[in-house]
Amino acid sequence: MTLKVEQLHVQHGAITAIEDLTFTINEGELVTIIGSNGAGKTTLLRALSGLLPVSAGSASWKGESILGKRPEDLVRRGIVHVSEGKAVIPELTVAENLELGGIWRKDKSDVAAATAEVLELFPRLGERLKQGADTLSGGERQMLAIGRSIIARPQLLLLDEPSLGLAPLIIEQIFAAIDALRHRLGLTVVLVEQNAMSALSIADRGIIINLGRVVGSGSAQALLNDPALRSAYLGY
Amino acid sequence: MKHKSPIRRLAILLFIGALLIAASGRVDQLRAYQGAQVAIFAIAISAIVLLTGYSGQISLGHGALMAVGGYAAVLSRTHWNIPYPLSFIIGSAVAGVFGFLLGIAAARLKGPYLAGTTLALAVGLPSLANQFHVLGGEQGLTFDAGNVPSWLGSDFSQYRWFFVVTVIAAIAVFWLLRNLLSTRYGRRWRAIRSNPTAAALAGINVGRAKVLAFTLSSTVAGLAGSLFAMLLGLVAPLAFTLTLSFTLVTGAVLAGVSNLGGSIVGAVVLVSIPELSNAAASHFGGSDKVTANLPGVITSVLLIATVLFIPNGPKMPKLSRQ
Amino acid sequence: MQIFINTILVGLSSGAIYSLMSLALVLVWRSTRVVNFAAAGQAILSTYIGYEAMSSMHNYWLSLPVAILAGAGISALVEALVMRPLAKRSKGTPVEAIAPVIATLGVLGGIRSLAGLIWGNNFIQYTSPLSSKGYTIGQTTIPFSPQNAAIVIGAVVVMAMFAAIFKFTRLGLALRAASFQPEISRLAGVRVDRIRTIGWAFAGAAGAVAGALVTPTSYLSPNSLDLLLVSGFVAAVIGGLESLIGAVVGGVVLGLGFAFILQYIGTSVTFSAAFIILVIVLLIRPQGIFGRRSGREA
Repeated sequence: MTLKVEQLHVQHGAITAIEDLTFTINEGELVTIIGSNGAGKTTLLRALSGLLPVSAGSASWKGESILGKRPEDLVRRGIVHVSEGKAVIPELTVAENLELGGIWRKDKSDVAAATAEVLELFPRLGERLKQGADTLSGGERQMLAIGRSIIARPQLLLLDEPSLGLAPLIIEQIFAAIDALRHRLGLTVVLVEQNAMSALSIADRGIIINLGRVVGSGSAQALLNDPALRSAYLGY
Repeated sequence: MKHKSPIRRLAILLFIGALLIAASGRVDQLRAYQGAQVAIFAIAISAIVLLTGYSGQISLGHGALMAVGGYAAVLSRTHWNIPYPLSFIIGSAVAGVFGFLLGIAAARLKGPYLAGTTLALAVGLPSLANQFHVLGGEQGLTFDAGNVPSWLGSDFSQYRWFFVVTVIAAIAVFWLLRNLLSTRYGRRWRAIRSNPTAAALAGINVGRAKVLAFTLSSTVAGLAGSLFAMLLGLVAPLAFTLTLSFTLVTGAVLAGVSNLGGSIVGAVVLVSIPELSNAAASHFGGSDKVTANLPGVITSVLLIATVLFIPNGPKMPKLSRQ
Repeated sequence: MQIFINTILVGLSSGAIYSLMSLALVLVWRSTRVVNFAAAGQAILSTYIGYEAMSSMHNYWLSLPVAILAGAGISALVEALVMRPLAKRSKGTPVEAIAPVIATLGVLGGIRSLAGLIWGNNFIQYTSPLSSKGYTIGQTTIPFSPQNAAIVIGAVVVMAMFAAIFKFTRLGLALRAASFQPEISRLAGVRVDRIRTIGWAFAGAAGAVAGALVTPTSYLSPNSLDLLLVSGFVAAVIGGLESLIGAVVGGVVLGLGFAFILQYIGTSVTFSAAFIILVIVLLIRPQGIFGRRSGREA
């Protein structure tokens, strides 16, 4: 009952973005993928959510392959990807962005319940339901993007750089929300972050990748205490 | 072709032209007429290849630019009574000036906008003739190309003479364009087409280069229009319909868009489609409806199939892009 | 004064038709970033089908839904059979930008010829039971007929339906989301390919309404809607190409503009007027009335 990635290989034109990547994430775990710019973190998430074709290797969720599937089908299997850069649709209102998250779901009463939960978690969204998403601040947009993904009732959440471009105080709030959500909903989370400190503070484990390969992994606590790692990836 | 000198190119083209003109004595009037048609289409298609294949601008209105050239040629010849080769030059020049003005607008427009604008031109311009008396209305104006020069002998047919004229014009156009495209202008256009931003950063004046391409392309189209007027013996709105503009775009796509030599292949295909479809229609006993529309169906299917299956155009061995 | 009012009425009626065609173009532009030059061809084919339906059912009003469904179906087929494979095949090639233009042109030419092949190139009457003679008020007959009224009402009904679908339904939300941010929409679970086809179908329906309403005021032939395509395009550009409201307003503005040019300058300039208005709009306000500047970048 896990996310299993084996010898994954992703080609970006002539460039090999991911080369021979292998790791496993257990159900209910929050694992953060750490690496410098261009390490292949975003590519990994895009490959797992079906946005990018994979050239070799395998990836499965709960024993079933997830490669070669379209993102819209993977969403229906509980794999939801919140892409980089505050993935909201600025032309739509906040309410419409949230509605979009459950647009494919048949169980409308549960969509309503999930929406209520999101608004409870992020009350600021509730105050701005009728506003255009383009009027939101960066932090609010990130809350909206995460909120929308929750309405799909995900089992596996792929989060790409939720802290990107946000003020420290806001980052703290976002990570607190992610932490709360995953415990309440029993989510499995793959969290890609440059901000490794914050990510490790809520993660169970960390996987370090560089140039498309896994170069290290361990429990969040161990990684935080590893001096070599601290200087290489955490920057202090 | 990259290393051939202009003189050598000219020699090759002249040799091919001489062969064609010699061969034209052995075919009937219809074939000579169709040969002239091929030469004219090849010129017009090369105008689109220059514009789309090299400078990356699209035009659905080259039929209208041909009309400008054709009408200018006819009007200059009838009103000033000048020799008709001179009227071709005037036709080309007027179309060139028109294209220059259009090009100034076009250089500021991106793909679909330019396509729509030139489409509006193709639909609107030829019908202008209906509104102005001097343009002859629906019947159009006749173009008097005079008689075949007497030194060619009495059995040299009119259409064979037209064929000779159009082939000479085509040779001139192809030679000039080929040489032009291997100069820095050609390189600039290619740079713009593949990446306008990079071209601008490299110091190329993108706007000016695009206007120049549009002007030249229109001049060439104007020449094709003038020759078309000579071949048909008239200019009229119905000779320069939207269908003509479509046909030229089809020819350019079949030619491979950025392949100057392919223009000839495109022209041959375009001229032979009605011929083949007529044969097919009469074989299957088709009615007038079929005979009139089958070529259009075939042309369109070819066009769609080409962009769908060989988007870069058929590979041509000669005169291909460098 | 009477002339002025008449001109406005004429302008509203033709503007309604332009709005519909403009809507057809904008719907496709929004969903796939393609200016669908085949829109005129699709509308011609659906109008011929409407004509056939009228011939067999002897009822213009019953033929309208047939034409509209046909228009939607034809448009969806064009998207699924030509445009979608084309987008995948031409991606990354040098012709990526011009391939859709050429393909829609090919479809336009193909449908016109096909229509000629089936129905001939002669003018056909597709008549409505409504009179095309102007209403008489007092002693004067105004150039606004019951058919013109039907055109305006029909256009308003179609636009209201579209507005309601886009604003209040889940399908409308998916259509808007997919047109603005296809990737985010896919990640939210929207089947973007299918939604795009539906967008084209809507566009085809709008074009079909335009064709079936305007044809009774003139005649039907394989290229009788060419000019409407150009007007629709100009209207769409005036409206900014992105905005549905802009499409409608652009159509009305253009219709009124034409009517006044016709009335006060003369018929000699109508055909070139579309072109000149288009160039002026593109040069002075390229983003249109409702468009944002960034919208032109695609």
